[in-house]
Amino acid sequence: MGKRVGIEVSLAAAEAVKMADVDVVAAYPITPQTHIVEHLSELVADGELDAEFIPVESEHSAMSVCCGSSAVGARTFTCTSSQGLALMNEIVFIAASLRLPIVMILANRSLSGPLSIWNDHTDVMSVRDCGWIQVFVENGQEVFDHVMFAYRVAEAANVSLPVMINMDGFILTHMIEPIEYWDEDQVKKYLPEFKPVNQLHPDRPVTMGAFGMPFIFTETKKAQDEALIASKPEIVKAWSELHEVVGRSYKPVETYRLDGAEVAYVTMGSFSETASLAVDELRSQGKPVGQIRLRLWRPFPFEELREVTRGLKRLVVIDRAISFGGPGGPVSSEIRSALYEEEHAPSVTNFICGLAGRDVSPDDFIAMYQQAEEMSRGTVRQEDYVYHGVRE
Amino acid sequence: MAKIDEELTWQDLEVGCAVSNAGNACAYKTGDWRSLRPIVNTDHCIRCGVCYIFCPDMAIQKTADGFFEADLFYCKGCGICAQECITGCITMVQEEE
Repeated sequence: MGKRVGIEVSLAAAEAVKMADVDVVAAYPITPQTHIVEHLSELVADGELDAEFIPVESEHSAMSVCCGSSAVGARTFTCTSSQGLALMNEIVFIAASLRLPIVMILANRSLSGPLSIWNDHTDVMSVRDCGWIQVFVENGQEVFDHVMFAYRVAEAANVSLPVMINMDGFILTHMIEPIEYWDEDQVKKYLPEFKPVNQLHPDRPVTMGAFGMPFIFTETKKAQDEALIASKPEIVKAWSELHEVVGRSYKPVETYRLDGAEVAYVTMGSFSETASLAVDELRSQGKPVGQIRLRLWRPFPFEELREVTRGLKRLVVIDRAISFGGPGGPVSSEIRSALYEEEHAPSVTNFICGLAGRDVSPDDFIAMYQQAEEMSRGTVRQEDYVYHGVRE
Repeated sequence: MAKIDEELTWQDLEVGCAVSNAGNACAYKTGDWRSLRPIVNTDHCIRCGVCYIFCPDMAIQKTADGFFEADLFYCKGCGICAQECITGCITMVQEEE
């Protein structure tokens, strides 16, 4: 077991990237991701990490550099947030279609406007369909573990896809937490050497990123979709082997106190831990409430979700992003469509809250549960989605 | 590639749609972009080769008897050969004619 350190989560993330022995870091600083990049540049400058740190002039260039370096077979890292992700958008899609195993930490933050530097899930939802493997973490330890996990999965020969680790901005990035580092043996055991599936090499000419004429484009997209779907067994395997190495276990869909529950919160990201406190409080009052936490966002864990929701009466799905004029938050619309064909599917009540850094306390979760109960009794009108805590 | 392009299924594609048979541009038929086709009147052709020099696609080949003709697999019908021809012996005609 590695040492246990009290450290800011951003710095721990950079230390994990160092332990993963990356070859190239290309990133542009943006709040609240800045400390990760800053610390990585220090590690490279101090000779602690033998890597190229490429200080690019924009996020668009950052992801472009990442595509190039990954294509030549270098283990590549970047991280960004919000507007930075928006600026790199077109290359994010290209990285996935070229099947380049880049790892990116996204310090989740709202998108302008109004201008906000604070945390919600608007940024990641703007690239929901970009073809990356996307996971959410809840605390600093999970960030550290998932850097190793991300490279392990991304570089697996039968996957070869980029992986995005979503960590809530400020709530995680700027928090000081006790983190258990991995030791070198654990990293060595878990993370094999990077052997790229395709590699730009003068001795073995290959074209990457050729255009696709109409006669072949649909086939290329089907192949990409199948690759993402087929990555799930490797993802599950990587989590199970992570448990063997460091003793912590992760699953695509995790549950909390779901035994005997009739109603379950569905949450994603760091406020899942807050929701657990609300579950404890409601359970102590004798209410049959549990919790479902989504860890894997893409490929979406349909089977796992159907499995854990079987027998439940109601889901209280809480989103931290808006689909303007749409069917509700992105998480709830995914869950509604996943359960649509199920017999006796639970009803879904969708709340949108925690936008751009507004706190969501255990009391808020309890209030949302109570409002969902009122809706189910018909005393309050059932709506497709409700803005929790908005001033009317 | 064993299959011709139109028969390729999604399972046939390489990871990330990489193309590992390098130098395959010659297999790309650009001739079907064409709406006009160059016709050479050999009575007026002086076999100078200006069309050959100016063709941006190197689609014009020298024939055994010293004339020049466009390979219609590649010729896009841009008309530069007709524009540059010293004697005006190249005419662009509609494909359907």
